[in-house]
Amino acid sequence: MTIQLVRPKTAAAVANVSTPGALARSTGSRLADLTRQPVLVLAWIVVLVALGWAVAPGLFTNNSPYEGNSSLSFAPPSPEHPFGTDRLGRDLLARSIYGAGTTLTATLVAVLIAFGIGSLVGLAAGYFGRWVDTAFMRVIDVFLSIPSLLLAMVIVSVLGYSTRNIAIAVGISSIASFARVMRSEVISVVTRDYVRAAYGLGVGRFAVVLRHVVPNALNSVLALAALEVGTSILAVASLGFLGYGAPPPEPEWGLLVAEGRDYLAVHPWISILPGIALALVVIATHRISTSLRKDQRQ
Amino acid sequence: MLGYVLSKVGRALFVVWAAFTITFILLFVFPANPVDLLFDPAELNTIPQEVRDQVAAQYGFNQPVFVQYLNRLTQAASGNFGNSVGSGRKVSESLLEVLPNTLVLAAGSLALAVVIGFAIALLATGTRRPWLRNFVESLPSASVSIPVFMFGILLLQLFSFTLGWFPAFGDQGWQSLVLPVITLAVPVSGPIAQLLVRSFAEEFRAGYVTTSYAKGATRGGIIIGDVFRNASLPALTIAGITFGNLIAGAVITETVFARSGVGRLTQSAINTLDVPLVQGIIVFVAASFALINLVVDLIYPLLDPRLRATLTVHPVRSA
Amino acid sequence: MSATITESTVHGQAEAEPLLRITDLSIDYRGPRRTWTPAVERVSVEVNPGEVVTLVGESGSGKTTLIQGALGLLPPSARTRSGSIAYSGVDVTGWPEKRLARVRGNYVGFIPQDPNTSLNPVKRIGQQVVEAVRFNEPEPTARDRHRAAALESLRTAGLKDAERVFNQYPHELSGGMKQRALIAIALAGKPQIIVADEPTSALDVTVQRVILDHLEGLREQLGIGILLVTHDLGVALDRSDRILVMQGGRVVEEGPVRQLLATPGNDYTRRLLDAAPARHDGRLQPTAGAVEAPSQENPVSRDTPAVLRAASLAKTYTVRKGRANSSFQALAGVDLTVRTGTTHAIVGESGAGKSTLAGILAGFTTADGGSVLLGDQEITGLSHARLRELRRDLQFVFQNPYTSLDPRYTVGRTISEPLRAFHVTKSREKLAARVSELLEAVSLDESYLNRLPAQLSGGQRQRVAIARALALNPKVLVLDEAVSALDVSVQAQILQLLVDLQADLGLSYVFVTHDLGVVRLIADDVTVMKNGRVVESGPAGQVLNDPQNNYTRTLLQAIPGTHVRSSAA
Repeated sequence: MTIQLVRPKTAAAVANVSTPGALARSTGSRLADLTRQPVLVLAWIVVLVALGWAVAPGLFTNNSPYEGNSSLSFAPPSPEHPFGTDRLGRDLLARSIYGAGTTLTATLVAVLIAFGIGSLVGLAAGYFGRWVDTAFMRVIDVFLSIPSLLLAMVIVSVLGYSTRNIAIAVGISSIASFARVMRSEVISVVTRDYVRAAYGLGVGRFAVVLRHVVPNALNSVLALAALEVGTSILAVASLGFLGYGAPPPEPEWGLLVAEGRDYLAVHPWISILPGIALALVVIATHRISTSLRKDQRQ
Repeated sequence: MLGYVLSKVGRALFVVWAAFTITFILLFVFPANPVDLLFDPAELNTIPQEVRDQVAAQYGFNQPVFVQYLNRLTQAASGNFGNSVGSGRKVSESLLEVLPNTLVLAAGSLALAVVIGFAIALLATGTRRPWLRNFVESLPSASVSIPVFMFGILLLQLFSFTLGWFPAFGDQGWQSLVLPVITLAVPVSGPIAQLLVRSFAEEFRAGYVTTSYAKGATRGGIIIGDVFRNASLPALTIAGITFGNLIAGAVITETVFARSGVGRLTQSAINTLDVPLVQGIIVFVAASFALINLVVDLIYPLLDPRLRATLTVHPVRSA
Repeated sequence: MSATITESTVHGQAEAEPLLRITDLSIDYRGPRRTWTPAVERVSVEVNPGEVVTLVGESGSGKTTLIQGALGLLPPSARTRSGSIAYSGVDVTGWPEKRLARVRGNYVGFIPQDPNTSLNPVKRIGQQVVEAVRFNEPEPTARDRHRAAALESLRTAGLKDAERVFNQYPHELSGGMKQRALIAIALAGKPQIIVADEPTSALDVTVQRVILDHLEGLREQLGIGILLVTHDLGVALDRSDRILVMQGGRVVEEGPVRQLLATPGNDYTRRLLDAAPARHDGRLQPTAGAVEAPSQENPVSRDTPAVLRAASLAKTYTVRKGRANSSFQALAGVDLTVRTGTTHAIVGESGAGKSTLAGILAGFTTADGGSVLLGDQEITGLSHARLRELRRDLQFVFQNPYTSLDPRYTVGRTISEPLRAFHVTKSREKLAARVSELLEAVSLDESYLNRLPAQLSGGQRQRVAIARALALNPKVLVLDEAVSALDVSVQAQILQLLVDLQADLGLSYVFVTHDLGVVRLIADDVTVMKNGRVVESGPAGQVLNDPQNNYTRTLLQAIPGTHVRSSAA
């Protein structure tokens, strides 16, 4: 029964427990966070290099992606040609570098289409509810019931084979998943106290949607967009692999893998090295989107 | 209860109808001249107008769009999607012929994917080593990141060409099935494993786990006795999506391994724009998807007593 | 293994050793960058047979971590830095998990905080109790013996209809019954000591009383020791033999209840005691200087004109399940009058309809019948635009300050939002000046302007929410459980702030709460609700000191800490 006396904190300290730690989550500490996650740093490097390839391919290689030296056909990887060469003696690294532009532009367009239309549909469905919600969601059910690769294949074949149409097709076929996420986010944000509070304060309906509902709901949707970049690269490349993209001389990652398929037994590098580059970029974007989602939860 | 069942059935029927309508618009209305799609593009210019008209009449393209739509819809309702342009055979026959091949592939892959998913979730939940958990938890994300065609090609290169363990192509014997099943199972396992890992972690944090610990249960006992069932149920909710992944994956897997099946049939139908066949396949896939979701919706409440209660009695909840 | 502990306890040093002895226990949590943040710092606790020892502390005081440590249930991110834990003299510190699992349930029973999440939702109650029996029996026995023991345990826990409960699922039971089932689970292993972590904080006050009475009875009936953890000083004062006050991971004071009450040796304890609503007799007075000294009782006379009047309000919710609809009457014929410049408290337990009422008064929900007059303006059935105009006079403060502020808005932007919504002023300077004025009114300084809600404590957030509600100079503030989510010392500060603001600005409050203790501190008038109806209404002094209705009396008696107040007075 001893009464232990320990020096108490002052009243003010108890009343105003502030959290300076949260305040200090500045750029500096974020960079410090990064250095402790080497895998994440690696992922960023991979993505930035791929973007560099897409934006300025000439900076990364002196070889032409279209013209080869026929005496050098099927050269295995060497310091001169790190990825080797194909049947026409074209440098496969150069083709991979130039292919980044085709594949990533298509991906970007696809994600923008899906994100733009999907968020609007999801916002309308989630905010208005009732019959608007029912109508939109039934349509989305239908789109979800057709595997997106199949839907994209049908759309491309109707629009005509080209990388641009692949982008449109992949975009349209992923609208549904964005709409669904946006809708559920909006529904949850709308019932949150701060949105009710804004109404209670007399803020107009439109202003509440614009200033509170959309910004908070977009958080999750942006994380999905990051994830969708990886998924869309895969979809674009898969369609390219199946032959729905640009015609052969054009370098495109999926097509590059497909081109090497016939020589797999003898000259495996033709398919495998561009394929590994592609896989690395997708893995990297997934890793980054995971970290974005984790950040958001904090 | 009856109302619940009816509304779910109604939804499923709507999905099938809408899938039919969307493909009709995409394939029959959208193209400027659907008849042209029926011919080989290379020979298109050499075909005389009479032949075109004759074919158009045969496929009903000379009728008003709405009449075409109603005709096709009533026929489709009885399972008749017309004849394939390429082979001239009935769409349903073409589909049923290759279906068993794909079913075997998909069933094998699904079983393997589920095993992989549970293995990852149990390992991630059960281990007390953070590095092992982090590693295991990153596997699902990696498995959906590797392109299916790339993974198939790597397996081919390693196990067929280099080691010679399995045949590279074809669909004869169980050996020819091993590589395709693995190729398809790995990407399909990704979403299942992700959901299970999340669900196991969530349930493992639940209050009743603390209660079980306090009862004297051990960690392993709790994972098997309490968490496993509660955490596994949500996996049913992605059954439909998993089915879609299996079909999409089958298209690529069957192409890479040159197997005959629904995926291969789909690809060749789309390549040649075999309109009736494409429509038949899409509606078949959408109907299967709707059916799977319907079954899940109907059995899920039976597995979860909380939902079972909301269906049979009507408890009053305070606001 | 476990059997040996119990054996040695019973035959050996049972007299000498306490049931639980925690010595100098220190526990850390893993922080960022391989640092460790201490959560519990050199804490010692003893529990003897037949004794109730209570750990009291506000959130973050380390009380829950301490008992997790005692039970060997620390999360992986925590470590025990020093100290030892001994049950009846057997030191279990550092025991491997399998061995500790035999101590839990068998020697020490645990009652968790929230009965609604602490039972496995897909297993029948009986099975869950049987498991507790089976894990802890010395030798495996037959299944029917398990069943009999489980039923016995359920009955001991006060579930008379044990046979029926045995076959039910958790969702079919009320909160109080679930907590009894958890007590049955804790008792099933025939433990010597029970550790209860906030066992009643998720329950209504009348249910809380019954459960705590039952626990006390068990102590006498079975001769076990109880270690109770609570944030509610009233509960601690009512129920314990000894109290340990925890703050910031340390025990700052320890002693028998009487000693603690008579001569609190520690500042923090004294402040906790002062802050406990049950320890106050009358309404809080405005801080000196806020207004000239008001008269002691009822500063506002009874015939002050009404600012808000509600008459025969009714609201029915339709619960749709499948095809059958069932309806639920949330409000039935509720009348209410709020006099200008006073506080009208609405009290009731969960399901009383008080939140529905608050929602209707604030114009969030529409009533099915009846009317609400703000001044002489009818507010039910108004169009969106007209209602919006009324918001200038009628504002709302939410229960949970963690959800009522947009996480992306800074304090300054949050407070100025209503000003901008109504275009009160075009000039940036005037806007900034008004925001500073409002911040000052809620005792925050301008350094908070650019902070985000995540950088504020709960009390600070609620201050910001109040400042925002005051921005348009409203006449009436509807406060829905506005202090319920806050720790008791913070709660006292916010209540004082509300009283000061009322004196300063002549505000009228509708104060919705489940806590009758708080009502005493702030209300001029009280309305007691049950099942959507008003059971009693009148001036605070009358309702609280001379209740006419049985239910009001039950509620008042259930307030923890009341008999201490009377004995201390």
